[in-house]
Amino acid sequence: MYDIENIVIAKSVPEALAALAADEKAIVIAGGSDVLIKIREGKLAGCSLVSIHGIPALKGVTMEADGTIAIGPGNTFSEVTEHPLIRQYLPALGEAVDQAGGPQLRNIGTIGGNICNGVTSADSAATLLTLNAQLEITGMSGVRRVRMEEFYAGPGKVHLAHGELLTKILVAKADYEGYCGHYIKYAMRNAMDIATLGCAVHVKLEDGKIADVRLAFGVAGPVPMRCPAAEKAVLGREPDEETRKLFGQTALGEVNPRTSWRASKEFRQQLVRELPGRALHQAIINGGGEVQ
Amino acid sequence: MKIIHLTVNGKPTEVAIDERESLADTLRKRLGLTSVKKGCEVGECGACTVLVDGKSIDSCIYLTLWAESKSILTVEGITGPNGELSPVQQAFVEEAAVQCGFCTPGLIMTAVELVGTGKRYTREELRKLISGHLCRCTGYQNIINAVERVVNETHKAIGK
Repeated sequence: MYDIENIVIAKSVPEALAALAADEKAIVIAGGSDVLIKIREGKLAGCSLVSIHGIPALKGVTMEADGTIAIGPGNTFSEVTEHPLIRQYLPALGEAVDQAGGPQLRNIGTIGGNICNGVTSADSAATLLTLNAQLEITGMSGVRRVRMEEFYAGPGKVHLAHGELLTKILVAKADYEGYCGHYIKYAMRNAMDIATLGCAVHVKLEDGKIADVRLAFGVAGPVPMRCPAAEKAVLGREPDEETRKLFGQTALGEVNPRTSWRASKEFRQQLVRELPGRALHQAIINGGGEVQ
Repeated sequence: MKIIHLTVNGKPTEVAIDERESLADTLRKRLGLTSVKKGCEVGECGACTVLVDGKSIDSCIYLTLWAESKSILTVEGITGPNGELSPVQQAFVEEAAVQCGFCTPGLIMTAVELVGTGKRYTREELRKLISGHLCRCTGYQNIINAVERVVNETHKAIGK
């Protein structure tokens, strides 16, 4: 039995917003793979919950008229991976979330929950950052949009006021068209593990040179982060070995990893130096390109 | 107490539950389906795996409230009318994929899910697909042998 004081099962977004407005202490639960574990551990014991599990309006992936891809935050990781639009347009994202937890967890954990928990190790986060994802937040007073990068407030904290819900994850056409991507999850085990470091790259090549590139990390700092200096450093260059080295070396100056029981700061720094080049290399291969 | 309606192993079922209970507890304690094992209770070991609308989930971290109107399948629901073993169970027996047996019901349900897709999988893919289960006895080799065998046999029979 879970130590839950009260639970409201919302069947729609307005119902969920009303339930949140009625109880200022209520916590949102979606897939439950984080919230229920925190209740079990006692960290959230005696909490009030508003369940948004399975709300149809938060499911699905659609393409808007301008080519923007809108991902429902209530999609489970496996629903994201299997969706035809994701496979066709955002394959790197589908593959990234296919590395979270294990198969059963990917059938319950949601991509929205992964973002709203605000943890730096979220497997969806780095890749979404390299896609310049925008988040649609709905509250009682209306809808707002925020760039995902600006959504993070600190470890485990996001700019989501009580009474607000993440209702869409948006990737504009200009941010995915012509790009290829790759996410490397470095962990101690291949399954059921949390990233020691996560590294995502999306790149666009023109005439064999890097026309645009985006690099993001999880666990390289308190929140998932982009590395603008490293991105700038390799612009216009051929993606050869020297460029790949420069990519990681420059990124090292932008990150702030710490020592945890999983790995030391020094080891994470070594990963920051090494993984961007490998992710860039693989991203180009994923896009059907050739690399020296 | 709250009454919920769901289909359990093909049977429409109405059950009074506490809103705070997990599906694992409801299945075990209220419906007597003790094939559902409680191992870690934090969604890591896979012993409590059941299928909800055909998808494998850890029933220890699934609120029973969410199962309203859904269809649940446990090992009790895959045997024949006179208790005959299903092809998945038979494969586990023949490949000696069972030692203490605690992880077995969960693994069987994942295998049932995989067989149900009608797809063919490589051994490497199967390793990833059963990675949500912990077995402390067998070293997994016989388990993968059993899953590989039944998945491929089914594919040959009904394959798409």
